Amino acid sequence: MSAPKSRTSMQSAWRFVSSLPIPGLVGLVIVVFWMLIAMLGPSIAPYEVGAIVAPDVFGALTTQNPLGTDYLGRDMLSRILFGARYTVGLALAAALAASVTGTALGLTAAVAGRWIDELMSRVMDALISIPSKMLALVIVASFGSSVQLLMLTAWLSYTPGAYRIARSLAVNVKTLEYVQVARARGEKLPYIACVEILPNMINPMLADFGLRFVFVVLLLSGMSFLGLGVQPPNADLGSLVRENISGLGEGAPAVIMPALAIATLTVSVNMLIDSLSGRSVRAEN
Amino acid sequence: MSDLVQVKDLRVVVRKDSGEEVAIVKDVGFSIAKGEVLSLIGESGSGKTTIALAMLGYARLGCRIAGGSIRIGDTEVLALDREQLYGMRGRTVSYIAQSAAAAFNPMKTIIDQVIEGALIHGVMARAEAEAKAITLFRELALPDPDNIGRRYPHQVSGGQLQRLMAAMALITDPVLVVLDEPTTALDVTTQIEVLLAFKKVVRERGATAIYVSHDLAVVAQMADRILVLSDGEMRETGATRDILARPQHPYTQSLLAAAAPEVRESVAVAKTEDTPLLQIRGLVAGYGRAGSDGLPAARVLDEIDLTIRRGMTIGVIGESGSGKTTLARVVAGLVPAARGTILFNGTPLPATLGERTRDQFRRIQIVFQNADTALNPSHTVGRILARPLAFYHGLQGEAANARIAQILDLVRLPAAFAQRRSSELSGGQKQRVNLARALAAEPDLILCDEVTSALDTVVGAAILDLLADLRRELGVSYMFISHDISTVRAVCDEIVVLYAGRKVDTGSRQSLLTPPFHPYADLLISSVPELRTGWLDEVSTRVAKLLPPLHAAPATTDTPGLCPFLSRCPVRVDGLCNVAPPPRRKLADEKEILCHHTGEELLRMQDQLLQEKRIQPVAAA
Repeated sequence: MSAPKSRTSMQSAWRFVSSLPIPGLVGLVIVVFWMLIAMLGPSIAPYEVGAIVAPDVFGALTTQNPLGTDYLGRDMLSRILFGARYTVGLALAAALAASVTGTALGLTAAVAGRWIDELMSRVMDALISIPSKMLALVIVASFGSSVQLLMLTAWLSYTPGAYRIARSLAVNVKTLEYVQVARARGEKLPYIACVEILPNMINPMLADFGLRFVFVVLLLSGMSFLGLGVQPPNADLGSLVRENISGLGEGAPAVIMPALAIATLTVSVNMLIDSLSGRSVRAEN
Repeated sequence: MSDLVQVKDLRVVVRKDSGEEVAIVKDVGFSIAKGEVLSLIGESGSGKTTIALAMLGYARLGCRIAGGSIRIGDTEVLALDREQLYGMRGRTVSYIAQSAAAAFNPMKTIIDQVIEGALIHGVMARAEAEAKAITLFRELALPDPDNIGRRYPHQVSGGQLQRLMAAMALITDPVLVVLDEPTTALDVTTQIEVLLAFKKVVRERGATAIYVSHDLAVVAQMADRILVLSDGEMRETGATRDILARPQHPYTQSLLAAAAPEVRESVAVAKTEDTPLLQIRGLVAGYGRAGSDGLPAARVLDEIDLTIRRGMTIGVIGESGSGKTTLARVVAGLVPAARGTILFNGTPLPATLGERTRDQFRRIQIVFQNADTALNPSHTVGRILARPLAFYHGLQGEAANARIAQILDLVRLPAAFAQRRSSELSGGQKQRVNLARALAAEPDLILCDEVTSALDTVVGAAILDLLADLRRELGVSYMFISHDISTVRAVCDEIVVLYAGRKVDTGSRQSLLTPPFHPYADLLISSVPELRTGWLDEVSTRVAKLLPPLHAAPATTDTPGLCPFLSRCPVRVDGLCNVAPPPRRKLADEKEILCHHTGEELLRMQDQLLQEKRIQPVAAA
């Protein structure tokens, strides 16, 4: 039965947090940390994003430059604080959009009947057959590079994959007897899709979302490396790694720090999502 | 003489998530003499399979053999290391699993898998092993024993595969054979063949065996001694005859009581009522694309006529693939009928879901066999029950909650269960919720598809009682679908026997207790194991009887409407049954059969058999 209306959102949020297992909690903390950085980063950064502040390139960790300096002598901390907003905001938004659209379309295809399913599946197959990087290059070449366009590109590239997974999950759930019972009860398709099928495919879709998020980060980094992504002097975390890649031989922090940032972000997103799967059961007990 | 197998204080524990260990087999001890068959009997969760696996020195994932001793011959199984265990398994002790289909590798020929054990243990050379396998095939009464080994597992039937697995287990002449529910997944008519083959081979080879089963009637045929288990503890042990005749422990008594289901009283139905609740006329249905004649590619139901009167329970019985589930799905509208009409309360019921009204949906509810998949795992019981209340009756909030508590009470569950999810319910509880959801709609007709088949006998009997009570209290009608004739006989007023999608026998419950029957119904009834020793030996002569040969030209097999049971019928007539479609005969007492034989002919043949078997037909209550 539904929760009492009197419960405040604070309380339910606390219930949610306390029901998470340790890895999920760690993931949640890191994800929240990166969200805050993405929102507040530019205002707490010690230097401007493009400012050259140190004479030596690939500088070590000092009090002036806590995370060292990059290949032009810019402050790494500031660049990461500025860059996080692109990676977190852009990649998260694009991955979320792709997963939501994919799930919605996949669910529709699974319940709507043969012709709609065929039509949607063939269109998605056509989209999936275009390599995502090529598609991105064509779009950027035609319309120029902008943050909105990058998001649109990532969304377009990763929706078909999410659609495929959502559709196959929904088709499997659809054959189960409780869905048959709902059909024999005379339920309409939207009810069957949203109430009977969706809750039972949401966990794999969340895991898929985690994976898709990592893919989008990689796509954006690749685009930035080609100079078609986020435009200098701004840079997302991926392009920070790429532009400082020549420092790898010297073990410069400039290449390690953004890599670490990407790693903590992607791993924590996946840790959080993985722990959501078992949560509902644990919360009941 | 010391016993061949001695088990003392066997203890198996399972580790929970929290790290604590819980015993699932508690200090079990028994011994088996050479050539003896001991049966482990109990319900699911009683630990019988765990004990059977422990004989191989094996514990399932998460389980651990925590103590005790298992001595087979001179070997202490629990003291063996990993290498020695590998040497023992399949050589000294072999195992026959419940599902032969899952135990065979579909990519290899049967003979390669049957002799694999002998080759691994280096007992004999390949040629010798193959010769021995063929001898075993012959002993197990497999068709074409010389060549059957060259086939792949999918090319033989389920019953044959189960016997081939027995050959696999016996190839190394093991000291002990463990049979784990080897016939549970089979139809009764197949089960009897497999049981006969097992019995013969066990007797001829003097094998020592442990036979694990939940079915007392089967065990009565196979075992010399019975060990009754529940909750991992021994309840009672003794000779088969004694346990069956004089059960001491209350648990054994309850098992015996549930094995012979009492007949639920039938409610008087006015036969002269004007419009029956449900009337099916000339129904044809199936799956696949419709052909040029408008009929589906795979026809599952053919020319079905059926009438259900208000307050009546009709039983539909048949083996797997006979179309009984499809019948329920057609009535529910999940599978559209290709031809024929379904009248509900005298008005035609639209074939597809989209054309039915909400009231029609409400009046017909379906309850599926598998309560595990019939309840949405992400919804609570309360939410599952609230939906039909809101959907059909517009009940919301407090009124709905009160009604949910009422319905849960109706199926004998506490109201607090509304907060639970299906994963927190036992099998019987799930089935009750499954039924409660149908009741919430306040239907006229409930389609019960094998509702007790997945449940233990005692739990299943409780569900049957519940169905009978509800019928009395609410006046609902049931279409009760089952493969188990004793269940159907216990709850139904009228019984329909389906074979390969055709209705071969219809009649009152009474008429399915006394001949004449359709030859298939006769086979079905006589194949159900009876709860007494020696039954299997009595029927063995009859099963071994050869079918009458057919000589008529094979071209006639194209004739539509030929008897579906032709290929297995023991009383078929050459030149008649394989040439002309059988007529639908009306016999006394509203009984109807699809057969060339007249009622008198069938009665003569079946009466004779009954006398041979010296069985008095059981009088219904």
